[in-house]
Amino acid sequence: MGLKTFIGGVHPFEGKELAENAPIKEILPKGQMVYPLSQHIGAPATPIVAVGDAVKKGQKIAEAGGFVSAPIYASVSGTVKAIEPRRVAVGDKVNSIVIDNDGLFEEVEYTAVADVTALTKEEIINKVKEAGIVGMGGAGFPTHVKLSPKEPEKIEYIIANCAECEPYLTADYRRMIENPEELVAGMKIILQLFDNAKGLFGIENNKPEAIAKMKELVKDEPRMEVVELKTKYPQGGERQLIFACTGRAINSKMLPADAGCIVDNVETIIAVNDAVKNGRPLMKRVATISGDAITNPGNFLYSMGMSYTELIEAAGGFKDQPEKLISGGPMMGFAIFSEDIPMTKTTSSLLCFSKDEVAKYEPINCMNCGRCVDACPEMLIPSRLAQFGTNGLMEDFEKWHGLECIECGSCTYVCPSRRHVAQSIKTMKKQVLAEKRKQSAK
Amino acid sequence: MSELFHVSSAPHVRAKTSTQNVMLWVIIAMIPTAVFGIWNFGFRALLLIVATVLSCVVSETVFNLIVKKKNTIGDLSAVVTGMILALNMPVTLPVWMAVLGGVFSIVVVKMLFGGLGQNFMNPALAGRCFLLLSFTSEMNNFVTDAYSGATPLAQLSAQKGILFTYATDAKLDVTDIPNLFIGAHGGTIGETSALCLLIGAAILVATKVISVRIPFAYLGTFSVLMLFFGTRGVATGEVAEKLASGAITFDALLTGALTFVLVHLLSGGIMFGAFFMATDYATSPITKKGQILFGICCGVLTFLFRNIGAAPEGVSYAIILSNLLVPLIEKITVPRAFGVVKVKKEGK
Repeated sequence: MGLKTFIGGVHPFEGKELAENAPIKEILPKGQMVYPLSQHIGAPATPIVAVGDAVKKGQKIAEAGGFVSAPIYASVSGTVKAIEPRRVAVGDKVNSIVIDNDGLFEEVEYTAVADVTALTKEEIINKVKEAGIVGMGGAGFPTHVKLSPKEPEKIEYIIANCAECEPYLTADYRRMIENPEELVAGMKIILQLFDNAKGLFGIENNKPEAIAKMKELVKDEPRMEVVELKTKYPQGGERQLIFACTGRAINSKMLPADAGCIVDNVETIIAVNDAVKNGRPLMKRVATISGDAITNPGNFLYSMGMSYTELIEAAGGFKDQPEKLISGGPMMGFAIFSEDIPMTKTTSSLLCFSKDEVAKYEPINCMNCGRCVDACPEMLIPSRLAQFGTNGLMEDFEKWHGLECIECGSCTYVCPSRRHVAQSIKTMKKQVLAEKRKQSAK
Repeated sequence: MSELFHVSSAPHVRAKTSTQNVMLWVIIAMIPTAVFGIWNFGFRALLLIVATVLSCVVSETVFNLIVKKKNTIGDLSAVVTGMILALNMPVTLPVWMAVLGGVFSIVVVKMLFGGLGQNFMNPALAGRCFLLLSFTSEMNNFVTDAYSGATPLAQLSAQKGILFTYATDAKLDVTDIPNLFIGAHGGTIGETSALCLLIGAAILVATKVISVRIPFAYLGTFSVLMLFFGTRGVATGEVAEKLASGAITFDALLTGALTFVLVHLLSGGIMFGAFFMATDYATSPITKKGQILFGICCGVLTFLFRNIGAAPEGVSYAIILSNLLVPLIEKITVPRAFGVVKVKKEGK
């Protein structure tokens, strides 16, 4: 039997060798910190500090704005300078708390728990909720919501998303190499919530060292297992990962819980451990900085709220003048036009390229070759959906399952005519969803 | 901030294969066939190929100039069209007709509908059909210095309805299968050598330019129909009578029918059509199930044209008629997306 995988997908140039052997280094924030109030899916957080207030590191500065929301903590000590809209990685301006860092790192005291196993399920979920943990793979869905499905007894698999299928990214890999105990401990805490669940670590087979390390650690854990996955993009897509690990297929209208699964990213699980065991809220995570334009590609433990400028500095600055900066992976990340943008809970990397590879491509006619069809992990007909998108044919778009698109970009990646397939589909998806909201509001 | 960085929608990387690469592979895959054609039919074959390709490329350039659009010949699709069209001509065709065919293919069938990928019929095949209808006798003139007799397919067609004794099949001299396979016989420039066509097809499949869905469905359907319902098909009434009366043994019958199928597959344009023309991206369905259905359509139509129709050949018409069915085929074969369960019809 072959390696576990999903249907479709592409295999872009991996580029992981740039940063995969660089140990995680912590960088201390120096300058001004910016905390966007919306770093997650759901309602924005509500500030509970005012301009001029002194804050300590680890102090809650914004309260969750609802159930599907998450609080935000200061990662430095200092004074609140402003609460104003600031530019974030996706390009929008988001209301943010700006803190002047005094460089003293005065920290609040955390209450650690001696025996995690003695905690009740409610206590664990509460701790996760209070710590402001969200899905750190990129979407930023509040983790406590994920961990509170309607029927917890029906959850059979907790899947740790260790695929890291995006090229260049090595942060999760370094975590598995350097902090695998924390990952396993986090998994153990989550398994405590679900009596019938098994913990799976889905790792792509281009990370043999991580697989070996994790296998070694879980060999005495009856409820955990390492699942070796084929190296293919988007192996770490939630629906793809569930299918690869369990053979269960879900669609856009279902939640992983409907298939008895909960998927959490490596960084998220480590944060759960830190929050539950040490009582520390979410303030730091690891991000990769890589690409041909950066002097020392590497993996850095940064404090949320820092500007990318500081990350670039920590990596030795630019070796060539970059033409393009990408927040996230090259397949789904966001190109940013300035490096002075705050890093948030969902920042997994910054890629600096001296050449903008896609700028030279001029889209030409679609010749109907069907490469996008073969690549689509959702078994869609991307070229047709893109056509419906540009022509504004909402009905056809839905009939051809356009809303199932996971926006992985595989179609654009393979298109020999260099068409912006995914972009057209994404735009149309937004329009259709907006239209649906309008209709249901009526 | 002195300078802004580039921004664009994800993904920020691309695969290497371009449209030009794809077309180049198709051209490479046709080279064995073209070379064989030139060897088989002489220098004039080369002249026709060059003339047709030039006519296609020039007419695309001129068309783009007239409508003030960017020249699109760089994608090489005009070269592909020209080559396919030329390989579909008898070597005796006057050059001006070949050139006219190229102009028709590119201007009327391709560019007027929006260029690459927008045409609803295979341009080369439509060009061939245009020539067939306009210059019937020239397009069917397969008499050359080397080959004076009828093409294998014409021989088959002439013998339509005649039931042979199967044991000694003297009349059917086309059963020289090795020769049919290699291709040293009459026909259009590119259709005679099944060997070279299969080499080309292997190149296309190996480089993932085409999938085998369409050609296999096409050839499979055609073979099965011919085996059972062809002139010597095992399921035709006449054969059944002979079998019942003991005039022929079942073994002989089966061997005869299988030979018949093989001869049909190796003669005429079906190999060329199945691998190079039915697989044309723009005019075949994009859905996987649709591609199989499309192949079946081509197979059924080719069978009907060859077996019942008056003309010996039917591949071109079968494919362009199936081209017209593509939008319908796609409509009924929209795939279900990953994880989407079939909606059950609720009972009232």
